[in-house]
Amino acid sequence: MRPPSPSIPEKEFLFTALKQSLRLDGRSPLELRPPVLSFGPELGWVECALGKTRVIAHVDAKMVKPPPERPFEGIITIHSEISPMASSEYEIGRPSEEEITITRMLDKVLKRSDAVDKESLCILAGQRVWHLRLTLHCLADAGNMLDCACLAGIVALKHFRRPDVEVIGDEVTVHPASERAPIPLSMHHTPFCLTFAFFPDPETSPVLDPSQLEQRLSAGLMSVALNAQRELCVVQKLGGVPLSTDEVLRIVNVAVIKAKELDQLVDTRLKEDWAGRNVELI
Amino acid sequence: MSTVVLPGQHVPAQHVNLKLGPGLLQSTGSSSGDASTAPSIIATRAGTLNHSANRSKWWVENNSRRYVPAAQESVIGVIIQKAGEGFRVDIGSAQPASLDGLAFEGATKRNKPNLKIGTLVYARVSLAHKDMEPELECFDAQTRKAEGFGDLKGGFLVRCSLAMCRQLLDSKHFLLPLLGARFPLEVAVGVNGRVWVTAKDVREIIGIARCIEAVDPDGGGMDEAGVMDFLRTLGL
Repeated sequence: MRPPSPSIPEKEFLFTALKQSLRLDGRSPLELRPPVLSFGPELGWVECALGKTRVIAHVDAKMVKPPPERPFEGIITIHSEISPMASSEYEIGRPSEEEITITRMLDKVLKRSDAVDKESLCILAGQRVWHLRLTLHCLADAGNMLDCACLAGIVALKHFRRPDVEVIGDEVTVHPASERAPIPLSMHHTPFCLTFAFFPDPETSPVLDPSQLEQRLSAGLMSVALNAQRELCVVQKLGGVPLSTDEVLRIVNVAVIKAKELDQLVDTRLKEDWAGRNVELI
Repeated sequence: MSTVVLPGQHVPAQHVNLKLGPGLLQSTGSSSGDASTAPSIIATRAGTLNHSANRSKWWVENNSRRYVPAAQESVIGVIIQKAGEGFRVDIGSAQPASLDGLAFEGATKRNKPNLKIGTLVYARVSLAHKDMEPELECFDAQTRKAEGFGDLKGGFLVRCSLAMCRQLLDSKHFLLPLLGARFPLEVAVGVNGRVWVTAKDVREIIGIARCIEAVDPDGGGMDEAGVMDFLRTLGL
């Protein structure tokens, strides 16, 4: 069941508060909810929380025969499960427009931006490649699930390590983690997705990382995916209020700063986790 | 005093004038067929078992997010549709409730309130049956006076867990007196997990909303000292 749209007092209050640059959770307009990353016992298992929005990402790898048209490339598939567990507005078997947007955007940010070097996933040309399967479970939706899912996905890929393989002639030997240290995936870059919400009143400034109420009352969302090296991967804006070029550039500049912050946060968290793990692996 | 019960468990509730609250059911048609035995009471949901001082009223208390309507409870709803003589109202339950156009103070056939879609109303559940859609009323059926019910203008709607809004209704709970001592505010608490608040300033309303969220057992469960510090950081 789709929940009814927010009531008139909620709408009016949110707009008056935003006009004074006040947000309901006490953030400033261009402030991200601090992402909380927690890692599971397995490599490649990450839970990402942005406020009350929570997504679990999990990566696993298996060996498959590559398709004949791409014999040198590994395969990555993304399974995003947006179940009614996240919010009562999602239904099983009948994806809403919003769900499709999230799924396609995840595909663009995590797969088509070439974050993972697919050729490094090749073991034996035409015979054996790694098939990476990234599963995203949305546990709770309190707004901006897309950014949370993208962050969870990219951190899971960075956290994951595949078992070492040895190729002698046509013989492939897989070394378990107890024998040889697993190898991290070779990543070209780390894209981050940042979503901005715009409001009907032109004087209200756009807000970063909208909450559920803000997202529902917004007059348009714009998602920007980019990495800390200022390389823009995806810009998505589906309808909504018209924006001038200056405005878009301003938003991209804000996104660059935030992407750098996120990059640092992810790196420190991954290092912390790896430092705690090294002991048990060797 | 507080024992945990699970659905299906027998509850030792006995009184001449026994009143059962939410979560308890008197099981009828006992297999023994012995008329002299006292009616057996079973719990229908998990939670802590409570009873009044003279053991005549019993109920099960638990924390959930989905509201199940029960008669005589005050709720806050959003008008989602006009239906003939009345309105359909979303109160957060499985089905929308119906609110008759004549169930307002001073409403007559000629003079009915004209509420827009999206208006918030504070109402009482007048009928809650598991097989029918719940019915609301915005007045006291005996006196036909509003008694504080009706549409809520302005302000903001805070959503919280069901345990939190029951706590807010408790006059001994610290939060609302604490906030009220600092600035004037107006609150309507619905037991369906919605609290309508208003104050003079936008900052104050945001402050109330954030305090309720912080004190909510679902999202932190801050105590009185914590709220004092929190209000200081908000500058209220």
